[in-house]
Amino acid sequence: MAKSIAELQTIAKSVRRDIVTMITAAKSGHPGGSLSAVELVVDLFYNQMRIDPANPKLAERDRFILSKGHAAPVLYSVMAERGYPDVPKDKLNTLRQFGSVFQGHPDMRFIPSLEASTGSLGQGLSIGLGMALAARLDASPSRTYVMIGDGETQEGQIWEAAMAAAFLKADNLVAIVDYNRIQLDGFVSEVMEIAPLADKWRSFGWHVIELDGHNFEAVEAAFAEAAATKGKPTCLVAHTVKGKGVSFMEDNPKFHGVAPTQDELKLALQELN
Amino acid sequence: MPAKTKFEIKLGAATREAFGRTLVELGRENKDVVVVDADLSKSTMTTYFAKEFPDRFFSCGIAESNMVGVGAGLAMAGKIPFVASFSVFVINKAFEQMRIGAAYGRSNLKVVGTHSGISIGEDGPSQMSVEEISLACSLAGFTVIAPADENSTKALVRAAAAYDGPVFIRTGRPKAPVIYGADQKFEIGKAIQVAEGKDITIIANGLLVAQAMLAADLLDAAGVSARVIDIHTVKPIDRDAIARAAAETGAIVVAEEQLVDCGLGVRVSQVVAETNPCVMEFVGIHDRYAESGHPDEMLEKYGLVARDIFAAAQKALARKR
Repeated sequence: MAKSIAELQTIAKSVRRDIVTMITAAKSGHPGGSLSAVELVVDLFYNQMRIDPANPKLAERDRFILSKGHAAPVLYSVMAERGYPDVPKDKLNTLRQFGSVFQGHPDMRFIPSLEASTGSLGQGLSIGLGMALAARLDASPSRTYVMIGDGETQEGQIWEAAMAAAFLKADNLVAIVDYNRIQLDGFVSEVMEIAPLADKWRSFGWHVIELDGHNFEAVEAAFAEAAATKGKPTCLVAHTVKGKGVSFMEDNPKFHGVAPTQDELKLALQELN
Repeated sequence: MPAKTKFEIKLGAATREAFGRTLVELGRENKDVVVVDADLSKSTMTTYFAKEFPDRFFSCGIAESNMVGVGAGLAMAGKIPFVASFSVFVINKAFEQMRIGAAYGRSNLKVVGTHSGISIGEDGPSQMSVEEISLACSLAGFTVIAPADENSTKALVRAAAAYDGPVFIRTGRPKAPVIYGADQKFEIGKAIQVAEGKDITIIANGLLVAQAMLAADLLDAAGVSARVIDIHTVKPIDRDAIARAAAETGAIVVAEEQLVDCGLGVRVSQVVAETNPCVMEFVGIHDRYAESGHPDEMLEKYGLVARDIFAAAQKALARKR
């Protein structure tokens, strides 16, 4: 049953609360890039993908790969909220602790419902392309979604995969770039400029949609347009805000990879009420 | 006692050729077998598969990292993918993709390196792989296979396809001397004793098995009875065969077409140290890169022929006494 925009917004807020709370408990992690991806991941798991959390290995399911694996908290929170049995909601605050299924980066050995173990940037799009090709061979309607970071597009393998996906006409593959403009060392434009990003994907043969990655109407329209696009893969260049939803984290390179303090958590949760 | 039958070099197909032919048979038997290649299909011999099964063959262009990643994704979605390139390219350029997508990701990916070792000859060191065994063995959970000849390649490629898990298979460019008959049985992880002997054991794989057989004949003429073992699976290694050889013959020479510092020899020594320590000598490439030339000239110059194994055996026997 598809969720309304209002319902999605409520879920997104709750996911943001989970993210800041679990990273604070872990005392390490990546809040900024988790918060920027919330609407995109929520919409995929609630309104886009053909999935059954009770039967995570469902044949012909759609697949999601978080290639920017450091944003694991957003994925953990959404999958827990969605009810995957191997993603226990009451254990989210064990993130990064010894013995927790919530490993620092997504790890299929601990959460079999994940589609891939990620964390080394640049690799998810190739893996997703392989899954998309397998679906095509099987005449399966399965679609594969791969979320990559904007900084991650500095990895050469992303462009190897981009070239191959267009050449192989993988129209059941969607790349989503979380274009939040900040990477570990600072602003993307100062570390290694990737603009004009949409033009790059277009020139590699992809159908490109630029959108506001925090606007659910725009997100839903983009996924619908991707599904209707035949003969080429689609790339969503999603303009987002790093640290979205928490004023002092927004657009602040510090919160790429630093956990909030207890005081900062209090402030964040007040804003996310 | 009957005279020992002398080993004679009779060239069979190259191991890469045997791989390519077997891949077609596997493709006919199982529609889930798929192939990904990076612009070397006419050299890796996946071209046979591509011709017969164009829909199940994916060309990635000259992009090995993406090739391995795509292969991993196909495996995760239930296919049995073989990805192939020259050993030197796939192991060096796509090592991390093998690590994340196949080893850590524990996917059912089969990676085949062709043109391994320095016996590729004329193309020279940029195309020569002298470290693929060491690197492949350092991927946790990988099975690593280095067949000696045509028949062993056919059987072991089949075994790799039937096995559920990541496998690296090392093959070569030149025609390979025939070691085995078509009826020889092979099992992943189970070494084959190709010659019986009691004074010393020569452990080898790939093209060096034939050289080991020739060396055993040289030793025989000198009154030494040499056992020869083909370790076609380097990982998991056949500990029993090695421990037995160490205990029963008391001296071991390991011969390989790899850097001697980090290949088969090191792995064999670890087992020997843990079981029945004995004298050992090592034949391999010594901390350098080779050059252009005929494959036979390469093996001669870089110390990988029967004569070198014989000399190493003499040294080991001298230390044993």
